[in-house]
Order: sequence, then structure tokens, then C-alpha cells
Amino acid sequence: MPFAPTLTILLLAGPVIAGLAGTLLPALSVWPGLLGAAPSTPPFQSLISWPGLARATWLSFSTGFAATVISLIITALVLAGWSGTRSFIWLHRALSPLLAVPHAAAAFGIAFLIAPSGVLLRFLSPWLTGFDTPPDWLVLNDPNGLALILGLVAKEVPFLLLMSLAALPQTAPRRSLLAARALGYGRVSGWMLAIFPRLYRQIRLPLLAVLAYSASVVDMAIILGPSTPPTLAVKITTWISDPALSGRFIGAAAAVLQLGLVLASILLWWLGERFYAIVFHWKTSQGARQHYEVMWRALGYAAGLAVAGVALAGLAANALWSVAGPWAFPAALPQTLTTRTWQRTAPQLPDPLIETILVAAFAAFLSLAIVIACLNTETRRGKRPGGFGMLVLYLPLLVPQVSFLPGLQALALWGGMDGGRMAVVAAHMVFVLPYIYLSLSGPFSAWDTRYGTVAAALGARPWRVLLHVQLPMLLAPILTALAVGLAVSVAQYLPTLIIGGGRVQTITTEAVALAAGGDRRVIGLYTVVQTSLAALAFLAAVLVPRFVWANRMDMRAA
Amino acid sequence: MKHAAGLELQDFKVSFGHTTLVHISCVVQPGEIVTVMGKSGAGKSSLLAAILGALPPGLTASGKLTLNGRDITGLPPEKRNIGLLFQDDLLFPHLSVAGNLAFGLKQSVRGARLRNETVEKALCDVGLDGLGNRDPASLSGGQRARVALMRTLLADPQALLLDEPFSRLDSETRAHVRRLVFDRSRARGLPVLMVTHDQEDAAAAGGNVIRL
Repeated sequence: MPFAPTLTILLLAGPVIAGLAGTLLPALSVWPGLLGAAPSTPPFQSLISWPGLARATWLSFSTGFAATVISLIITALVLAGWSGTRSFIWLHRALSPLLAVPHAAAAFGIAFLIAPSGVLLRFLSPWLTGFDTPPDWLVLNDPNGLALILGLVAKEVPFLLLMSLAALPQTAPRRSLLAARALGYGRVSGWMLAIFPRLYRQIRLPLLAVLAYSASVVDMAIILGPSTPPTLAVKITTWISDPALSGRFIGAAAAVLQLGLVLASILLWWLGERFYAIVFHWKTSQGARQHYEVMWRALGYAAGLAVAGVALAGLAANALWSVAGPWAFPAALPQTLTTRTWQRTAPQLPDPLIETILVAAFAAFLSLAIVIACLNTETRRGKRPGGFGMLVLYLPLLVPQVSFLPGLQALALWGGMDGGRMAVVAAHMVFVLPYIYLSLSGPFSAWDTRYGTVAAALGARPWRVLLHVQLPMLLAPILTALAVGLAVSVAQYLPTLIIGGGRVQTITTEAVALAAGGDRRVIGLYTVVQTSLAALAFLAAVLVPRFVWANRMDMRAA
Repeated sequence: MKHAAGLELQDFKVSFGHTTLVHISCVVQPGEIVTVMGKSGAGKSSLLAAILGALPPGLTASGKLTLNGRDITGLPPEKRNIGLLFQDDLLFPHLSVAGNLAFGLKQSVRGARLRNETVEKALCDVGLDGLGNRDPASLSGGQRARVALMRTLLADPQALLLDEPFSRLDSETRAHVRRLVFDRSRARGLPVLMVTHDQEDAAAAGGNVIRL
């Protein structure tokens, strides 16, 4: 399988680069195959004359940047104040299930929670607030995107925490922290000065991926973000979904702007890093050892708990709405519980459900096979991907989806290809594969290759070593990686919508489409189904190895 | 040129880039146990890996290897017919004791019944009768070492490499397992190359000692 790494590079970089080209052409008024169809005004000029442009651009930038900064601060404070303690393990247990929750489901949950008629206010009314009717507050879809920032933070903190925990052992955190504390530094100060800089180098790429994602997210922004104007990414989606060709052109121009916006955010982030480095060096040279340690610890833990609490309560609100009978404001709970919504919606569920599962299964299993082939080749060559390899891996996560997916679809149309299920699978793989790789590369390189040597000395060919020794021994991490892949695919909104040309309908595209209608019961139901799909995959990843290796002590310990 | 029986290393060199780690020429006669001793980092384990054809990337081997007159230079490890025992028994943790032995048993033994019987007989042979269905993790160190030996012998190797094979065992088990391994390999007339730190191992082997 020596071609696997090359295949991976083509599979990841190919669509991104081709897609960007396909976006750039219409932005410059070129639409191959439609000679003479060029718009009367250049697309960029139409874009500039859209009155909401400055505001929409600012919103995408500010919400993305704020969400990333806040997520990083919370992650760092939680780790600085609590890593290695029992309380940390509890908080981590509360946060890690959120990784499996699709963005749209988390967003709906938060919306149901904080809306003026949401569960939170119902609990406080009327005894505390005196409200008998929902107040006329703009807390949801607020013009500054605060609700959107909250939603993003709830999804990104668990992700950053996971990436940090994977990288942390390389910084020998226990010894470093002990050394710092022996010199009289407080826990938080010591951790921030002695460990954080080294950890940061390891999580830099995931962090930039978070930044790029947050500044260009579509599904969460439709649900939680402002609407007049919406964020730039949402507006682009509206434009390119417009059947009129003019929308395509202006959308392409805006997609180029979106790419510039993300690049500018990354540049600004880089400047922020320089600034932090200066402050950091000055700080370490001062030798100050204590900085309100107790307060920062408490703040970090409270923020972590709040993130977990908001997201989990939101999911509960989703589930409750799906079985709610009459539920008038300000009652804290529905008057009755009923299965009516489920019965009513059940006939519409099988089609998108089957589509979701098929697409996810294809994308995850194909990606898994390619990743295993890659890792196998790397082990044999004794090479790990260098800076270039990692960059390719992160490329689809760094370039905004909304900037290259429309171009990819346009290219496919010009090429006479029609977006069907397999096209959507291929588009999902662009995002599924990197996550499967990231999840599996650690366990693969930790595998003791002497088992392979012993097996070969017993006469086993490479295929037999792989299938009968290495893969079974790595069953648990492989199933986890598969669950990650399935969850990533289930959560995809934009690739399904754009590459599927609106004809491949999954639970996620249906759920986001329901946002406009505002039927909370049906939305709640869809998000429950959506979340369950991802959750079941993770549950299986935990349970299957336990059953399979019930009688193998060393497999359970590992 | 006619080659003798046994394992022969002619002008055999293991290098890392331009640095030569080991340079050796020797013949291990059938039934002989040759001991290789040297400080850690002297390239002992790399030598064994090179003979086996499983060098880690970055290391290269040159020279000629013959086993019972057959040129095995350049063959992949699974074609060399050389058995290997590490200091860790490296029993596959996902297979049962019998599963481990069956993995080793050469393919030419055909038919489920015959294979099962052969595995069961191998277990009896080293006093482990009836333990076939057990989880390897539930065995003692000495038992595991015996399973590892039988797994290697069931593959019917023509030579045996030992990489500090007894260093993880406690002193009582150690002498016992060592005698078992040496007796079995002599009985089969296997050329054995052993890497060790332990003077006692070398004395018990009774063959030539090569110092690196």
C-alpha cells in the first residue's frame, strides 16, 4: 500500500484546491460552458454594493475570533487549575460526550434553553421574573452574535480539551509542574508558565482549525446567529442556493472574501501569538509566583462546568420538546408527555435516516481503510508525516467549507457530474479522513512492532500480520476512530447540502431546514435522532471491545 | 562455493548511514549455541533483526547469509525459517494460549483436527496440558515463556535467535526455562544465536562466545 499517503494527499488537497479554483472563476465573471452569460456587473462590484457586507463580514470575524479566544482560555484554565486531579476527571467526563453531539443539535439545544420562551426563563418565571408571557428580548439571534459565540464555545472546548490531553504527556506535566511549584509558583501560574507554551505548540493546528471553522460556520449560525444581516458564511449559502445564476456569481465573490477573512483571522492570531510571547517573556523574567490562584482555579472550573451544563441541558431540552404535550409559557415542564410528535413524524424519518447512515458508513469505512493503509506504510518506512503532511491533513479544516465546496460543485456540474450519494460521500471523506487519522495515529505508533516481528518470524506474511495481529490488537482505538468518523459525517451540513445539490437529504440537513419553521417538537425530535446516531457509534466503540475481549485481560488493560 | 550446514554469516555488516554498527563473520553449527555479548548499544539487537530481515527503517545490512546451504540474504522475514524469542514472551494478547500456538504452527499441518491435536500435544510436551483455552495473561511468567518457545518451535524453524530471552524471568524459573530452550534446540539440531548480558547464560550455552 505504498501509494496510500499519495492517495490521501490527493483526496484531501485535491477537492480543496480544485474547489477554490472553481470558486475563483465565477468570482471573476467566468462561467465555463455558458458563454455570454457573464453578469453585467462584475461579481465583486455587486458584492460591495450589498448594504449588509461590512456588518456581515465583521460578524463572521468577531464571533469566530471571540469563540476561539474564549475556548482557549477556558481550556487552559481548566487544565492549569485542575489537570491531574479527581475533580478534573469528573469535569472531563461531563465534557467529553459533547464531542459526539452534532453542531446543529448543540445549537438547537442552546436555542431552546436561552430563548425568551426557553426552558431557562420558564424555570425562573413567573416567581422570580414576574413574566406571564415571553419577554421581548433578543437573546437568541442577537445582533452581536453572542448566542452563536456561546454555541461555538460549547462545541470547541471539549475538542480543544481532547487535543490537549492527547498532547500533554509529551510535556511531562507532572514533573514540570512539581519543579515550578517547588520554586514557589502557584498551581495556575506554574502551569501557565512552565507547561502551556509547550502544549500550545502541539495544539496550534487544531486551534487554527477551530478559528477557521468558527469564522465560517453555517449551520450553527443559521440557528443561533443574527439574521439581519446574518454572518457572511450564512449569506453566501443563501446566495449560492439561489436558483438564479446571479446569486452564483455574487456568492462566489463572497466566498473569496470569506477565504480572505479566514486568512486575515489566522494572520491576526499569529500577531496575537507574538504579542503573547513578548508579554510571556517579560512575565517569566519578573519571577512573580502567585496570581489570584484560587480565583483563577474557581473561574476555570466554573466556566468548564457552565459549558458542559449549558450543552447537556440543551440536549435535555431537545429531548423534552420531542415528547412534550401542551407546554405554555411560563410552565417549567410540559403539562403532559406524549408520543404524538414521534408518531406523526415517524413516516418521514426512514428516508433521511437511511441516507445519513449510508453516507456516514461509506465515508467512515473508506476513510478508515485509507488511514490504516497510510499508517501501515508510515510504520514500514519509519516515517511520520512532517510539517507538510500535517498541513495537508489540516487543509480541509483550515480552508472554509463555504469557500471551496460551491466551487467544487460548480466544477462537478461543468464536468457533467451530478451530485448524488457517492459525491456526498466523497465530500464527507474530505472532513472525516483527517479526524480518523488524528484519532488513530497515536495508537498505531504506540503499538509494539516486535509483535509484528515475532509474527513474521513465525512465517506470517505482512497481510496476515496486519489482519490477524495488528488490527485485532488495535480494535478499541480503531472502533473509536470509526465512531469519530461516523459522528463527523452525521454532523456535516454544508457538504451534504451543496455537493448533494439539495437532493441528498440527511437528518442534519432536514433538521437545519426545520429551523425556519420553528416547530420545536419536530426540531427536538430530529436533534434527538441526530445525536443518538453519533452517541450509538461511541457507545458501540466502548462496549464492543469489552465483549470481544471479555476473556483477555491484557486487551482490556490496554 | 559449497556451504556448510548451519547458519553462516559471511562478511555480515549492519550499518546506520555510513557508521558500521556490527561487522561479523561466523558459522553456527547445527545444535551449537553461539553467544553474542556486548554493552548495550553495541548493536546486538540490530544484528538479530538483520539476520531475521526485520531491520528498523534507517538501518541497512550487507554481506551474505546462508542457512543450511540456502542463501537467505534479501528474503523477507517470513521466508527465512528463523525463529525468534525476545526477553518479553510477546504472546499475542488477543489470542488464547492455543490460538497463539496455532498461529505458530506451520501451514503444512492441515485439517482442523490434526492442527488441534498438534497444539494440544505441544502443550502436554511442556507440562501445560489443558491450558489451551486460557487467556495468556492468566499464566505465570515461566508458563508464558514455555508457550512462547513452543509457538516458535511449531513453526518448524531451521535456526533460532534468542534476544536476552531469560532476563525477565525470576532466578528459579530462569534456569529451568533456559535448560528447556537449550535442550529442545539441541535435540532438533538447530543452530542458535543468543544475545545476552548474562555470563551464566553464556556458560550454560557452552558454545563460542563473540564479543562486540
